[in-house]
Amino acid sequence: MSIASAQVGAKNRGWSIRWSDMGPFIALGVIVLLGALLNQSFLSETNVLNVVTRSAFVAIIAIGATFVISSGGIDLSVGSMMAFVTGVMIMVMNALAPSLGSGAIVVGAGFALVVGALCGAANGLIVTIGRIEPFIVTLGTMGIFRALITFMTDGGSLPIDRGLRDAYRPVYFGSVLGVPIPIVISLAVILLGAFLLYRTKYGRRCAAVGANTDVARFSGVPVARVQTTAYVIQGLCVAVAAICYVPRLGAATPTTGQLWELQVITAVVIGGTALRGGKGRIWGTVAGALILEAIANLMVLSDMVSEYLVAAVQGVIIIVAMLVHRFAK
Amino acid sequence: MNTITRTALLSVSLAALGATGAMAQEDKTVIAVSIPAATHGWTGGVVYHAEQAEQEIEAAFPDIDIVLKTSPSATAQVSALEDLTASQDIAALVILPFTSEELTGPVEQVKAGGTFITVVDRGLTDPAIQDLYVAGNNIAVGANTAEYLAEQLGGEGEIVVLRGIPTVIDDERIQGFTEVIDGTNIKILDIQYANWNQDEAFTLMQDYLAKYPHIDAVWANDDDMLLGVLEAIEQSGRTEIRYALGGNGMKDVIEMVMANDPVTPVSTPYPPSMIKTAIYMTAAQFHGQAPVRGTVLLDAPLITPENAEQFYFPDSPF
Repeated sequence: MSIASAQVGAKNRGWSIRWSDMGPFIALGVIVLLGALLNQSFLSETNVLNVVTRSAFVAIIAIGATFVISSGGIDLSVGSMMAFVTGVMIMVMNALAPSLGSGAIVVGAGFALVVGALCGAANGLIVTIGRIEPFIVTLGTMGIFRALITFMTDGGSLPIDRGLRDAYRPVYFGSVLGVPIPIVISLAVILLGAFLLYRTKYGRRCAAVGANTDVARFSGVPVARVQTTAYVIQGLCVAVAAICYVPRLGAATPTTGQLWELQVITAVVIGGTALRGGKGRIWGTVAGALILEAIANLMVLSDMVSEYLVAAVQGVIIIVAMLVHRFAK
Repeated sequence: MNTITRTALLSVSLAALGATGAMAQEDKTVIAVSIPAATHGWTGGVVYHAEQAEQEIEAAFPDIDIVLKTSPSATAQVSALEDLTASQDIAALVILPFTSEELTGPVEQVKAGGTFITVVDRGLTDPAIQDLYVAGNNIAVGANTAEYLAEQLGGEGEIVVLRGIPTVIDDERIQGFTEVIDGTNIKILDIQYANWNQDEAFTLMQDYLAKYPHIDAVWANDDDMLLGVLEAIEQSGRTEIRYALGGNGMKDVIEMVMANDPVTPVSTPYPPSMIKTAIYMTAAQFHGQAPVRGTVLLDAPLITPENAEQFYFPDSPF
């Protein structure tokens, strides 16, 4: 089945494929239009910037997830991993603050990237060398990372040193030429991700492994290495998200990043990446992350939905968007 | 002969001494404490205060042994109860049940063995099981905050409210709050769930700010959420919001109260230290035979700069 769909994809590299790729962007457009009609403050500059900035976390993590999922894997541990990396980073920064001052932020951020990459590598190696279903592996590490952050915070919160707070705040709240920094950072991650997935040999191998592992292996693709690398990319993306996250509230808690894995996977799938692997869509993923955040925002801005039913309406909108996408093909 | 008798007497008395020593060991009154594991700020506080109580009581009353067990879920707590009762004879059980329904049966089983039962915070579905019930007053948390807010705003204004996780605790706080607000000219512009989560409170507050051009006050129903709300207000640069209040008495917020913060001048306690109250009272029943059977509802007085010290635990995670 996977081979068949891959072949069809190769044959119809024409208008129809591009039309279906537009699905998530059309859905986003419809939601924005709807939002503008329901509440005029939806398109106000502040609100748009808020929503896009907020979606940066899920978008950045989802770029990594696009690699993992298109290579046929899945990573359920991203939310807990984000919390864990956040915790480690804060501890390192707090420990270095007295000696390095604001420089502790840079060192801490670098340390976070290393920890994130190692966490991803752990997931990837257990999946590939241990030959265990990624669903089970990452379900396990999800519990481990969550327990570690709970342990590190004693169940309370782990705040960043007050002295670093002011120096670090601009990373979430600041802006360059009017564009909030988290958006600039996500754009960089997105462009890098798009280049890697669409323009390099690694990107093509990723999709090949996801489409059919055996065929890829017989064609000489180092399957285990490609898959492990995808998890490492995921870990790095989680670390980048953590770096943008800490200045927002200045603390890690046991509920940090809780259930983000579901938002991330939803964003990736809404964006047109096949959950069974073989096809990755970076820009679609970005649209997916924006759609999720815009829906949540719209639920609060419009007065139509009872506070008890918000989650139900969100679920319906996501499913309808997917159906529209499917039949638009 | 004489020496032999003396030796015999000595050994007998020594043996007797040893026996009393062993008996004292066995006679130690065991108080088992079963609480949820630290999965968020408030339960983190519960674990902290339970550990403090264990140390303090064991040091003060050598005849009492406290066995503390934390559980990450309702099913795990049921198993923990089985383990606690299977291995030893427990005189009393102090329990903060994960859920009312699932724990009622198992606690009843423990009670059937003649154990004194102290229930904390969440009541069991059958109140006849408990000998002692210690809890905070969620309705008062909402009502006292509302009364303070109404007084400060002069009975008028437009406010927004953030709810927690849909539970009885949240419902009661909101009920206490809205009942008082209904009697004033204050208008609740909006009320939505943010699940007692700092992040969700931050985004929800951003959305409230985008939706309403004028807000007089915010009530976040929990101090964890309040921290997210304050961050969103600061980022927006809006200055018309006169009050942003929470609840629960988290140490970071109590520090703000102590510092006479103009926007958050008060908090209301729903103290995790209530577990400590319960353990101390149970110990009183067994060490001093001070009767404690009954119901204790801890009030939720406003925490102000004057009394903040009493509610401040700098070493607690919450």
